[in-house]
Amino acid sequence: MALNLVAKVHPVVFFTIVDSYERRNPDAHRVIGTLLGTIGVDKGAVEITNCFCVPHNESKEEVAVELDFAKDMYELHRKVNPGEVIVGWWATGHEITDHSLLIHDYYSRITTSPIHLTVDTTLHGGRMNIKGYVSASMGVPGRTPGTMFAPIPVEVISYAPEIVGTSVTQKSKYIRQRIVEPTTDLHQIFEATQNMETTLDALISYVDDVLSGKVTADNYIGRELTKMVNQVPKMSAHEFEEMLNTNMKDLLMVIYLSQLTKVNVSLNEKLTMLVATQ
Amino acid sequence: MSTARNKRESDTGRGNINSVQLEGLALMKIIKHCHEEGAGNTEVAQGVLLGLVVDEKLEITNCFPFPRHADDVDEEDYQLEMMRHLRKVNVDHLSVGWYQSTQLGNFITTQLLDSQFSYQTSIEESVVLIYDPIKTARGFLSMKAYRLTPEAISTVQERDYTPEALKKMRLGFETLFQEIKLVIKNSHLVNTLLCELYEMMPGSEGKQFLDLGTMSTLDRQLRCLMEYVDDLSQEANKFNNFQRQNAKQLQDKHKFMQKRAAENAQRQSRGEPPLPEEDVSKQFKPIAPLPRLDAMITSGQISNYCKQISQFCSQSLGKLYVAKALQDKK
Repeated sequence: MALNLVAKVHPVVFFTIVDSYERRNPDAHRVIGTLLGTIGVDKGAVEITNCFCVPHNESKEEVAVELDFAKDMYELHRKVNPGEVIVGWWATGHEITDHSLLIHDYYSRITTSPIHLTVDTTLHGGRMNIKGYVSASMGVPGRTPGTMFAPIPVEVISYAPEIVGTSVTQKSKYIRQRIVEPTTDLHQIFEATQNMETTLDALISYVDDVLSGKVTADNYIGRELTKMVNQVPKMSAHEFEEMLNTNMKDLLMVIYLSQLTKVNVSLNEKLTMLVATQ
Repeated sequence: MSTARNKRESDTGRGNINSVQLEGLALMKIIKHCHEEGAGNTEVAQGVLLGLVVDEKLEITNCFPFPRHADDVDEEDYQLEMMRHLRKVNVDHLSVGWYQSTQLGNFITTQLLDSQFSYQTSIEESVVLIYDPIKTARGFLSMKAYRLTPEAISTVQERDYTPEALKKMRLGFETLFQEIKLVIKNSHLVNTLLCELYEMMPGSEGKQFLDLGTMSTLDRQLRCLMEYVDDLSQEANKFNNFQRQNAKQLQDKHKFMQKRAAENAQRQSRGEPPLPEEDVSKQFKPIAPLPRLDAMITSGQISNYCKQISQFCSQSLGKLYVAKALQDKK
């Protein structure tokens, strides 16, 4: 049993889980589903790239999972991405119930040492806790063995576009209607600049405080700052000016040319129409 | 018939979508699919959008990808199966359009026109989402929603791309596709999740858009633009040829008619019956007017490139000024 696994989860998985929970049947208390991903790209890590929801019924006494559904769905997903295999299962809620064991047993038959991921959509304890587990058998030799769910660390891993996507959607937290309107590229630069400015302000006030002796200097921060300053490329003012000017000239030329092209294309169409329909 | 229907549509507001609301989940799924598909090859990734229509707003709540190798899978079966299964877990099962990845914005093609036409004729509310993975990887999320304009729909329906028809419909490259406003919306629970993810994600990444080195991208964009301008100039040449031929024919016809008229006048003075006029139209068959579809699409593509390039340039200029300000302060 590999207890030193790390679950590396893509953000889309959490999005799907939360959405599935929001679309649960009115009488259901939790939803479960299958996790898809790849094992062994990175030693000791399982990358979870996708997941889907599997309908199930749970009562006090028994649990019934629609296994056919899970199988069909897996086949459908395989057609799109044959590289993804079943690596475990997920459930919403903050604890592992007795039924979890049964479901876990089922997944153990499909894949070796499945991962169990819980996302606490009921916000137990005020936040959405995300936990990963693997099962390990335990007990005294010669007696009925028990199963233990051992927690494993869960990390978020993303492709570069996924990072961009999530950081854009992050903005919906600050708006009442929970709506993000995609901005223009220039506006994004503007926002980043503002961000940079506030960060620099914070930094400058910290450095000033240290210099005036209000705050005791932290060696770590000092070293990081030196590293950063050293990273700035050495350029004379003249060189910089030249770089800036050539770049700007290029860009302005390109803007001019592209506008010209645009006008020409419109003109071309208008004239063609005029000539052709005389 | 079609105009009557169009009128009814605009009266009731049906099929008239003026904004698209994309849920975070669908956005993330598209990003993931297009990234994985785009990793190995240069083919486009496509998929189906699921959602519902609320008044004049189209809500896209989920989506699923098309299989990678369409040849050994029955696409229609796959779609139906997938939708049936998703329906079981209470996902909206109304197909509201499709999405497609693009590279540097070269998406305005005849295929796109045809696919979107068939979508919009079967499901009126359909949109197509165009997602650019390369631009997004550079730090700028690029997701756009498009629909065919009613004029474009009726033109494609008639399959008549002659200049006369286009003029009648007032259809040009600028009115072929209309961009629909797109917003992203998240539920409260997803917002909670985002708070959690914010802490778990590395904070220093995702700032690559501040990169000052812009030349490689600009270079590629300009190259593409040049290619299309060449195409367009070929189209223009074709058109000029057509025009010349047409003029020549007209001239010939005119000469012939004059000759014939003179002849007829002579014959009349001699008291003979005039020569018949029918063979004139036989001899000078009118040349079929050139369809303007390709030119229109190329023009649309060019203007799209131009838009992109100027956007790109303006943000680059912005960055340069920021760098300048920083340098001056130092």
